Amino acid sequence: MTDVIETPTPAASEPEPRVRDRADVRRQIKLIVVLALVLLAEVWFKLEIDDPTVAHLFKGPRTKDNPPVEFDGSIVSWVAVGLTAVALLLAVANLYPRGWKGVLIAVVVGLGFYGAFLMWAYADPSGAFAPAMTNPIPGTIRIATALVFGALAGVLCERAGVVNIAIEGQFIAGAFFGSVFSSFAVVSLAAIPLFWCPVFGLLGGVLAGVGVAAMLAFFSLRYHVDQVVVGVVLVAFGYGITSFLLGQIPNDRNDQFNNPELLQSVDIPVLHEIPYIGEALFGQTLLVYLAYLSVPAVWFLLFQTRWGLRVRSVGEHPKAADTVGVDPIRIRWQAVLLGGVFAGLGGASFTLSTGAFDKEMTAGLGFISLAAVIMGRWHPIYAALAAVMFGFLRNLKDQLSILDEKVPGDLLSALPYIATIIAVAGFVGRVRAPAADGQPYQKTD
Amino acid sequence: MRLEIKGLTKRFGSFTANDSIDLVVEPGEIHCLLGENGAGKSTLMNMLYGLLTPTEGEILLDGEPVTFDGPGDALAAGIGMVHQHFMLVPVFTVAENVMLGHEQTRGAGVLNRRAARKQVRELSDRYRLHVDPDALVEDIPVGVQQRVEILKALASHAKILILDEPTAVLTPQEIEELMGIMRELKAQGTSIIFITHKLREVKEIGDKISVIRRGKVVGTAPPSASENELAEMMVGRDVQLVVGKEAANVGEPVLKAEGISVVDPRGHLVVKDVSFEARAGEVLGIAGVQGNGQTELIKSLLGLVKPDAGRISLNGKDISRHGPRQSLEEGIGYIPEDRSHDGYVGTFSVRENLVLDLYRTDEFSSGPALKLDKIAANAKARIEEFDIRTESADTPVASLSGGNQQKVVVAREFSRPLKVLIASQPTRGVDVGSIEFIHKRIIAERDRGTAVVIVSTELEEIYALSDRIAVMYDGRIVATVSPETPREQLGLLMAGAVPGGPDGTEVA
Repeated sequence: MTDVIETPTPAASEPEPRVRDRADVRRQIKLIVVLALVLLAEVWFKLEIDDPTVAHLFKGPRTKDNPPVEFDGSIVSWVAVGLTAVALLLAVANLYPRGWKGVLIAVVVGLGFYGAFLMWAYADPSGAFAPAMTNPIPGTIRIATALVFGALAGVLCERAGVVNIAIEGQFIAGAFFGSVFSSFAVVSLAAIPLFWCPVFGLLGGVLAGVGVAAMLAFFSLRYHVDQVVVGVVLVAFGYGITSFLLGQIPNDRNDQFNNPELLQSVDIPVLHEIPYIGEALFGQTLLVYLAYLSVPAVWFLLFQTRWGLRVRSVGEHPKAADTVGVDPIRIRWQAVLLGGVFAGLGGASFTLSTGAFDKEMTAGLGFISLAAVIMGRWHPIYAALAAVMFGFLRNLKDQLSILDEKVPGDLLSALPYIATIIAVAGFVGRVRAPAADGQPYQKTD
Repeated sequence: MRLEIKGLTKRFGSFTANDSIDLVVEPGEIHCLLGENGAGKSTLMNMLYGLLTPTEGEILLDGEPVTFDGPGDALAAGIGMVHQHFMLVPVFTVAENVMLGHEQTRGAGVLNRRAARKQVRELSDRYRLHVDPDALVEDIPVGVQQRVEILKALASHAKILILDEPTAVLTPQEIEELMGIMRELKAQGTSIIFITHKLREVKEIGDKISVIRRGKVVGTAPPSASENELAEMMVGRDVQLVVGKEAANVGEPVLKAEGISVVDPRGHLVVKDVSFEARAGEVLGIAGVQGNGQTELIKSLLGLVKPDAGRISLNGKDISRHGPRQSLEEGIGYIPEDRSHDGYVGTFSVRENLVLDLYRTDEFSSGPALKLDKIAANAKARIEEFDIRTESADTPVASLSGGNQQKVVVAREFSRPLKVLIASQPTRGVDVGSIEFIHKRIIAERDRGTAVVIVSTELEEIYALSDRIAVMYDGRIVATVSPETPREQLGLLMAGAVPGGPDGTEVA
């Protein structure tokens, strides 16, 4: 029998030909370029320094008993240069690891760059009252709280297949009603002890967040309006309605409506005494602890419960869910509304940890949350970590504003956004959103 | 459980998809539902499964009338369905897919994955359906995915199992296995409704055959009926099952692929070092089960994706870096495998679709303006020549039947001079009459000296058209054989059996 004319590849079991994917080559080139730029910047920072003496105030604010501690910043600069050089060599040799190891190296290099940058920024002190470095953790936590809640809201919605651009709108509404409820509780509900008034404010934030979520769900799930369009409209609506309502508050009744009682710090025994980080992490408000707990809670909910399995199935393949008796529309409603709870809490943190509501005070942080969702690959824990990183960058800008001469403030305020673009566009790699994200589900009949 | 359907009717607007259908399925019976694509088989089954609500008529289970508000109700009543397009969540494990909808929990809604795995193992032992409960569905072969679908139905205690075109995505060997599984299920008392348009399968497994045409049951037949008899019932007229063609007049190699490799967006190497030649005046058939790299190979030939390694040349000229527009202009004709996605613009009219890749030629435009009269004249001519059944040239293509949509694509590709014709699944979802027509046109194109490359997962089509058959498996061309090769042997090659291996195939 001679049916086989030719067999170009004799066996299916032969080793796979080595083909390098173009995307892989691009990734390596990108990595080399970025690392080289980082290295150049670090070297430049070092060379610019005349007097490497730097002062820090990591233990707390400047007082007589707590003067700035001075140290030689050269070590930090050189370590950073060394670390970056090693990473660059790995990248050039195409040995830069993938997965969590790669991320770890990136984080280490990033911290090194942060250090080298700070050394340059704070070096060459002029006079006795030269600015000293302060602890970045408290500021990071303050901003990251909102971002983490926003990211969790985004993860919940998008895992169910609903794109939530409206987080910013939920934030602003949550901030406003958080303030109103807290103020109202102080003035009009004398039965509530002062400590619990801002907690009542949180309830207001949640209601507002859920309200906006309900609008998102109503238009996108019931009427299949494009989810991105609904989201953008809801952001504009949130800005508009809160500005309008703020304008309606008469000056003499401001106390009653927009003078919130703030959340009080609660020290966690033992933990808050850890030097440097204890006070910042564990001498916080209830809302911050709630954020700590929410991240694992959402993870558990999504990956270990029946409801979570159904949410994820609906976000990936709603028809498959429907054919086994799971109603995709119902599950999506639930996920969007629960997301609204978290987004509302995030919004409330703006007023209940800093003070009165002001127009457009959320300043685009809702969109940063969205970036954290993508960077965290739609995973609650990674998204929360990304949110913390963005919070850190945002705080850096605030901290460095006193060094305006050396570092242009406007450029710094763009930093978190630049980092977002680089991170999301360049290095998150092949992210895969839930397959049905943003697609309306319609029954055939 | 005995299923009886009485006068079931489904209308979509003025269109009657199912017209007063009567059907009885006895317990433990394999009932075959035979019909062409678009005959209304799936509509009927979707009503049985609660996905569609009947306009009229009733469904009786063991004599009791039932109504279903959704698939959940049908499942609860004991009807399970394996859909043509699998209803599996790719990123979930087998166990998660099986448990979805009736999840085992430890109370308070916390998943009990161990119990789910145990259930999968028990069911797979009992019905001899081997699957790994912890494998991710996206990582397992299509045949195994189908087993998962069957397990899903069994896990919800289905007494009646609907299999909608289950063999379309399987290798001949996997089809044999499926037949075995169906017999096993039958032996254990499950009734099966088996939907297909493949006559061979119906005769092999069916206890009773009902034939559906244009939404009506046109008759029932015993499995002993001849294939021609069944085909005639299905189509409504005498059909020719074989294409008549002369021996090929083979010329020089026109399209050459050398060492093509393609990496897909997920980073998997899906085309592995593939080389072949397509010669003038010859049809090269690329056989293989869906998902073995054919799609990516074809896309790389046309420039829709750039090959990550290798060289493609047309009459000696390197075209590996060409985009689709340049490739088309070089004289490559392309009939894509998914016409609604790549072949036409559904909301555009027949007339517009007929010039989708020609509008920029001098014939149909001058400067920025289209020559509308020429386009209209072209449409008129093509509609006549290719017997496209459409109300008018203004009708949107999306509203034509599958066969006529495909004819629009074919007519357009054949309306310019071609050096190479690449046709992927040229008759998928096309009625038997149109299949005949399209096959004849392809052979005619071959006889004009065009090099033709056909990709098909249907062995019938491969045999009907090819002068040489290349078999793709796991991203490679594992063998190139002559069309005299027996089906069994080709089936083995498609399943990855190595020529010259223990199965006794000889290597020349």
